[in-house]
Amino acid sequence: MGGRGLRWLLRITSAAVLTFLYVPLVVVVLNAFNKDQVVSWPPSLFTTSWFTVAWHNPNLRQPFVNSFIIGILATLIALTLGTLASFAMARARFFGRDTISFALVLPIAFPGIVTALALSSMVDAMPGLNFGIPAIIIGHATFCVVVVFNNVVARLRRTSGSIIEASMDLGADGVSTFRYVTFPAIRTALLAGGLLAFGLSFDEIIVTYYLAGTTPTLPIWIFQNITRPFNQPEVFAVATVVLLISIVPVYIAIKLAGGGALRPASQAVGARTA
Amino acid sequence: MATTEAPRGSIRRRSSSFFFRHPKTRRGLTLAAPLTWMLVVYLVSLLLLLANAFWRVDSLTSTVVRDWGWRNFDTVFSGNWRTAFLERTYYLISLHTVVMAALVTIADIVFAFPIAFFAARVASPRARSAIMIAVVIPLWANYLVRVFAWKAMLEGGGPAEAFLHAIGLTDVSLTGTTLAMWFTYCYLWLPYAILPIYASLERVPDSLIDASGDLGAHTGTTFRRVVLPLAIPGIVAGSIFTFSLTLGDYIVPQLVGKGSFFGNAISSLYVSNPPLAATIALLPLIVVFVYLALARRTGAFEAL
Repeated sequence: MGGRGLRWLLRITSAAVLTFLYVPLVVVVLNAFNKDQVVSWPPSLFTTSWFTVAWHNPNLRQPFVNSFIIGILATLIALTLGTLASFAMARARFFGRDTISFALVLPIAFPGIVTALALSSMVDAMPGLNFGIPAIIIGHATFCVVVVFNNVVARLRRTSGSIIEASMDLGADGVSTFRYVTFPAIRTALLAGGLLAFGLSFDEIIVTYYLAGTTPTLPIWIFQNITRPFNQPEVFAVATVVLLISIVPVYIAIKLAGGGALRPASQAVGARTA
Repeated sequence: MATTEAPRGSIRRRSSSFFFRHPKTRRGLTLAAPLTWMLVVYLVSLLLLLANAFWRVDSLTSTVVRDWGWRNFDTVFSGNWRTAFLERTYYLISLHTVVMAALVTIADIVFAFPIAFFAARVASPRARSAIMIAVVIPLWANYLVRVFAWKAMLEGGGPAEAFLHAIGLTDVSLTGTTLAMWFTYCYLWLPYAILPIYASLERVPDSLIDASGDLGAHTGTTFRRVVLPLAIPGIVAGSIFTFSLTLGDYIVPQLVGKGSFFGNAISSLYVSNPPLAATIALLPLIVVFVYLALARRTGAFEAL
C-alpha cells in the first residue's frame, strides 16, 4: 500500500523512532566507562574502574541479593496463578470471563502510585504481615500474574484442543495428559512468561518503595544514589549491568515465545515499572 | 508406556474422567486460587485505600485513627466536599498532571503510528520481527535507568546542551523544565503506544484493502476509511497506558523536572498524613476510571 515516496518516509520515521529509543541507553553505557567523576559530555573514555568500584561496594550486595530473591519468588507465585487462570480461561466462554481478565490487568493499568498506596494500606492493616521482603513479593506477584497469563493463554489458544481429547481417548489420565501433552506444548510460553515476570519484578521501584520498609532492593539503591553527585559513575556502571541482566532474558523470552511475547496484552507487562 | 500409567478405576483415572465431563467444576477449581489471590490482595487493598481516605491522623501521636469522616475530602474540596470544587493547590496539581498526561499521549500516538504502520504493513516478515524486538527491549531496561539516562542527557554539560549550542541556541536550558519532563515521558511510554497500534494494524485483512482499491478508492481514501477506523481500538488501548502511567508517576518530576504531580503530592504526604495521601490518590483513580469508561466504547479493551 502507498507509493515509493511514502514508503521511504515511513522507513525514515521508523529509523528516527528507533534511534530515539536507543540514544539514552547508549548515553548510560558510555558514561559507565567515563573517566570523569561527574557526568560529562562527551565522556572521556575509557575506564572500567567504576565496575570494579561497584563490584567491591559492600552496600550493593544486599540490595542485589534481595532483588534476586524477590524476583524468583514473585515469579514462582505468578507462574502458578497465571497458568491456572489461563487454563480456566483459554477456550471457555463464561459469564464474568471478561471481568476476570480485566481484573488481572488492573494492577498494571492503574496509576502506579495508586497500586502502591493501596498495597501498602493492605500490608499496614494485615496483622502478621510486615513491610519488607514478603510484602514486596506479594505486591510483585500481583502484577506479574498478567504477564504469565498473557503468554500461556496465547499459547493455549494456538494449541489444538483435539490433542488433549486424543490423549484422553487413548487412555491417559489428566496427570499423564498434562505431563506428556499439555506441558510440552506450553513449556516455552511458561519460560517466556517467567523471564518477563522476573524482569518486571527486578526493575520495579514505585510499588517496591512503598512496601519495602527498611529493606534495600537494587532499584531502591539506584534511586537513593542517583541524586548523590559523586556516586553517579558507579550508578551508571550498575545501570549498565542491570540493563544487560534485564535485556538478555527478555531477548531470549521473545525468541522463545515467537509472536506470543509481542501480543498486545504482553505490553501491559512493563507498565508496572511505573 | 505413559498412557497406561494409571489402571482403569484408579482414583486418578476416575477424577480425570470426572473433570473431563464436568468442565464447570474443573474451571471453578482452576480459577479458585488466582481469583482468591486477586480478590484478597488487590480488591482488599483498593477497599482499604478507600477506607483510609475516611480516617484521620491523631495530631499528638501521629498515628492513623479509624475515626470515620469526610474531613480529608473537605480539605481536598475547598473546605466542603459537597461543593466538589477542588482546593486551588489540588486543582493545579490535577491540571498539571492531566494536561501532561494528555500531551504525552498525543505525542506518543503521533510518534508510534508511522513505525507501527511500517512494521505491520510495509516491512518484510524478518524486518517486522526485528523492529518489534527492538521496540520491546527498551521497555525492559530498568525504568529508573531510563529516567536517569534522560537526566544525564538534559543536564547542564550533557549531550542535549551540546546539541543546542551547536545549532546556536546558547541561552536555552532544558534542565528541570516541563519540556524536559515531556520528552522523558514520551520516551518512557512510547513502546506501550507502538505495541497495540502495531497489533491492530497487523490484524487488518489484506482482502479489505484490496477490496477498497478494487472499488476505486485511492490509497489515501483506503487509509482514512478502512485502515484508520480499524486501528482506533489499538490507538485507544495504547493511550490507556501512556495516560495512566503518566498519572501515576512521581519519579520523573523528582529527577528531571520540577512541579508537582499527583504522585509527588501523595508521596510527600504519605509519611505525615496517610489518610490525606489516600484521599488524593482517589483523584487519579477517578480520572483513569472516566478514561477507561470512555475507552470502553471504542472497543479498546479487546485490544488491551
